[in-house]
Amino acid sequence: MSREYEVSFPVKGDNFEDAGKVSVEIKRLLKGHGITGDILRRAAIATYESEVNIISYAQQGNINVRVTDDSISINIQDRGPGITDIEQAMKQGYSTANDRIREMGFGAGMGLFNIKNCSDSFEILSEINKGTLLKILINR
Amino acid sequence: MILREIADLLDAKVLAGEKHLGVEVKTAFSADLMSDVLAFAKPGSIMITGLTNPQIVRIASIVDNSAILIVRGKIPPDETITLAEELDIPILSTKYILFETSGRLYANGIVGCIRKIEGPGSVVPL
Ligand SMILES: Nc1ncnc2c1ncn2[C@@H]1O[C@H](COP(=O)(O)OP(=O)(O)OP(=O)(O)O)[C@@H](O)[C@H]1O
Ligand SMILES: [Mg+2]
Repeated sequence: MSREYEVSFPVKGDNFEDAGKVSVEIKRLLKGHGITGDILRRAAIATYESEVNIISYAQQGNINVRVTDDSISINIQDRGPGITDIEQAMKQGYSTANDRIREMGFGAGMGLFNIKNCSDSFEILSEINKGTLLKILINR
Repeated sequence: MILREIADLLDAKVLAGEKHLGVEVKTAFSADLMSDVLAFAKPGSIMITGLTNPQIVRIASIVDNSAILIVRGKIPPDETITLAEELDIPILSTKYILFETSGRLYANGIVGCIRKIEGPGSVVPL
């Protein structure tokens, strides 16, 4: 039986109330497709951080998850301001989060660093005033 | 300790997940920063926090926390409790402050998820 599986969810910018909803659903779906343990957890954490970044910084975005026999690839694309200095954004502690984001318990400047930590391969492509694409790969 | 013993020790109200009070807990992570929970909490640990929004439940579900322990006597809004029942995450609420809560648990054998952070990306485990 093939274990290939793909799913996509839109994420709306500024919708703090629902922050994390999509990631919780993706975790549930991945679990249903036989992903467990550390791999499931890493995929879920990377997705959550990315979802909160869309809500915090972009107008709208999309999370696409593709499961194959040997990997989980998660692509997060948003329409938003883009990231001017990717190297700086990746640094732990660097954050431009506003009070609203901080009130929710976010804005520590840990997100992108944590996403990278959870990934076996991680790439950021960003264009100013267009948007950002995160490509996360986790081996099964 | 099991969750029921933690609730007794801290005179905590059980707001969700009553049926999971027999779950054993060995580690904890105290934080009001959810980014830190996502980065450092370990599966099975209890999340100790002063936040009460529904996000704490989603994060607990993502990192596989065994329960959420809310401090300073805060009672979360109904949506947080409803979501906790839905996602099967027990919520306890104690009147003790974060420091007292953490200290009392530590004195009873619960330890942190990690020991310290030496530098970027360098975590010192237990
Ligand atoms: N999708 C995005 N679009 C535009 N800017 C972004 C995006 N994602 C991150 N950034 C920028 O990079 C910075 C660092 O992001 P990162 O996720 O590491 O930390 P944070 O969101 O500030 O805090 P945390 O994730 O710890 O809650 C952000 O403060 C923001 O300036
Ligand atoms: Mg972030």
